Amino acid sequence: MQKLLLLGDEAIAQAAIDAGISGIYAYPGTPSTEIMEYIQASKQAKENDIHRQWSANEKTAIEAAIGMSYAGKRAIVCMKHVGLNVAADGFMNAAITGANGGLVVVSADDPSMHSSQNEQDSRCYGKFAMIPIFEPSNQQEAYDITIAAFDFSEKHKTPVLLRITTRLAHSRSGVVCNMKRNQNEIKLPDNTKQFILLPAIARKQYNELLEKQKHFEKEFETSTFNEYIDGKDKSLGIITSGIAYNYLMENYPDRVCPYPVLKITQYPLPTKLIARLADECKSIMVMEEGYPVIEEQLRGLLNRCLTVKGRLDGSLPRVGELNANAVARALGLPDTQGEAIPNIVAPRPPALCLGCPHIDSYKALNEATEPYGKGRVFADIGCYTLGALPPYNAIFSCVDMGASITMAKGASDAGLNPTVAVIGDSTFCHSGITSLFDCVMENTPITIMILDNSTTGMTGGQKSHGVGRLESICLGLGVEKEHIHILNPLPNNHKHNTNIIKQELNYKGVSVIIPQRECVQTLKRRLRKQRK
Amino acid sequence: MCANIKTQIKKTKKIIVNPLNNHRMNIDIILAGVGGQGILSIATIIGNTAVKQGLYLKQAEVHGMSQRGGDVQSHLRLSDKEIASDLIPTGKADIIISVEPMEALRYLPMLKSEGWVITNTNPFINITNYPEESILMNRIDQLSHKIAINADKIAKDLGSARSSNMVILGAATPFLQLNFNDIEYTVKDTFIRKGQDIVDVNIACLHAGRDFAMKK
Repeated sequence: MQKLLLLGDEAIAQAAIDAGISGIYAYPGTPSTEIMEYIQASKQAKENDIHRQWSANEKTAIEAAIGMSYAGKRAIVCMKHVGLNVAADGFMNAAITGANGGLVVVSADDPSMHSSQNEQDSRCYGKFAMIPIFEPSNQQEAYDITIAAFDFSEKHKTPVLLRITTRLAHSRSGVVCNMKRNQNEIKLPDNTKQFILLPAIARKQYNELLEKQKHFEKEFETSTFNEYIDGKDKSLGIITSGIAYNYLMENYPDRVCPYPVLKITQYPLPTKLIARLADECKSIMVMEEGYPVIEEQLRGLLNRCLTVKGRLDGSLPRVGELNANAVARALGLPDTQGEAIPNIVAPRPPALCLGCPHIDSYKALNEATEPYGKGRVFADIGCYTLGALPPYNAIFSCVDMGASITMAKGASDAGLNPTVAVIGDSTFCHSGITSLFDCVMENTPITIMILDNSTTGMTGGQKSHGVGRLESICLGLGVEKEHIHILNPLPNNHKHNTNIIKQELNYKGVSVIIPQRECVQTLKRRLRKQRK
Repeated sequence: MCANIKTQIKKTKKIIVNPLNNHRMNIDIILAGVGGQGILSIATIIGNTAVKQGLYLKQAEVHGMSQRGGDVQSHLRLSDKEIASDLIPTGKADIIISVEPMEALRYLPMLKSEGWVITNTNPFINITNYPEESILMNRIDQLSHKIAINADKIAKDLGSARSSNMVILGAATPFLQLNFNDIEYTVKDTFIRKGQDIVDVNIACLHAGRDFAMKK
């Protein structure tokens, strides 16, 4: 038994290895990235020959994981919350196929949008798909519950959704790792039709999924992870989910809450435990990180018989992360505040690094598009989204992975010409290739800049599928050779690069311009390694 | 004010001699800086020392977008009892350790009224509206419990500009309620892979920072 100092992400990763996975599949995304990174760096994972390569996107990742589960082996697939949108097709249908080898899907939510474009709550997806959800409240529980999730998945032949949030993902604490299990042998499903979702089979499987719900709920009524902690003061009963429990307990230095507390860690919700709380207490307050998922279920539409407080009635803030202060205010406990931030403190937003190739690309693009006015550049998700900020003010959209090219296409279809799409090499491989294919099929007038820094930069420099392949991918899709340009984005080449962009803006068809220079961060790291 | 600091130092000295006995150990630290300045190296050394002493620890870090030159902070909580929240509630932090002067002020809402600010005085200017240096230093002067130290200069004079974080850590050590020898050992342990010269200069920086804080 060893105690390690681990991030929540790393605790999940170590647990997955110890639970006997044969593979992890993922696309980088804050705050989930460190799960894969930990397994890639793990000696134990190497010795056990665990599959641990990045996937092109979350959809390919989840499909590969379903395939590994089909073969009877355990797989974990990890993504950030918006990644689950990309993987949603596979996720929803995996509920109906069910699992063979243990299958755990980790979705890391980002309430308060520290590094994301929304704060969607993955528990809604779990409920939508009728896949059981496990939501740990601390690092030790993250380890324990990941192992429990694999056991549950194999026992009930179901995928399990493991939902975490930023503060658990990126907070470190001591974790006791007390388990080692071998990988499964290959064993195909007993029912050879389990994974064939032809309507006739899918209907049968869907009924089985509905039947499974009763078993899930029954298990979670008695599970040690869902805990009913009695309290003396029955004027209020508190339901917490995930890490909200910690913010509640922070307000009681001796860790004794005067009210009864139901700590929820597994869904579907344990109805009997909730009924007990409702019977014993005059009112209920729900504290959950993310959307008011539990609160909405308890209130229903009419909210007539039971007073339920939480994010919906304003007891807690409707948006953003919870914290101990918000909980203190909701409970009428004293709230502490330090001195105000002095007026002289200026905001310091993130910015492109000194020497970043995107800076040169944006300078050239801004000069080339200047005659047409602002508002013609559609961008995507990555470091280059920072081009929206001064001094560049270069881009006018950032919606979802790959949307730059297809949004620019739509605008071009509407008659806005010229239109430009800006997308990174990794994002292009994630979801831009099919968008480009649409443009090629119609020879849409569009200029696409694939900013190739040869890495997935924003998440810390993970391997990008596109390295050395971008030009041939574009040629293969049917972009004309004379309208593909590779540029070197350096200050000395500014004039040449600007001219090439200008020239292609005038072309009434598909052009692809690839400014190609390595990310300064990965370059620095590579040189440091070489020196050693 | 000066007398106040001296009493505090005396108190901490006493704690250092007898770190955990008869004393509920509980310290909440905000680490502040700019993405890329390496505040996590300070957090790691304090954290590893605390764990060696058998303390509980929670350390919330910022990853992702903010790491690109934006303001970053880490919440580091040490205790001899299990810790609940990963985040320190506002108004409850015992210390702000900042490797950049303006960033030290950004987290004042987190600090207890009797809490300490240990900050580098060397500004990191990557924005156009950075406050005028004299106004900034004046504001830092007004803090009632502070150690303001030009860590960059001290580190450079000792031969390693890159080790300014160790000067800041050194200046914070009198307030950490951790055994200084253990911190020193962790610093050695952290840098030993890089050679004895690197270990020596970092230890020198650690001592220089500590001496500065003790003399204040």
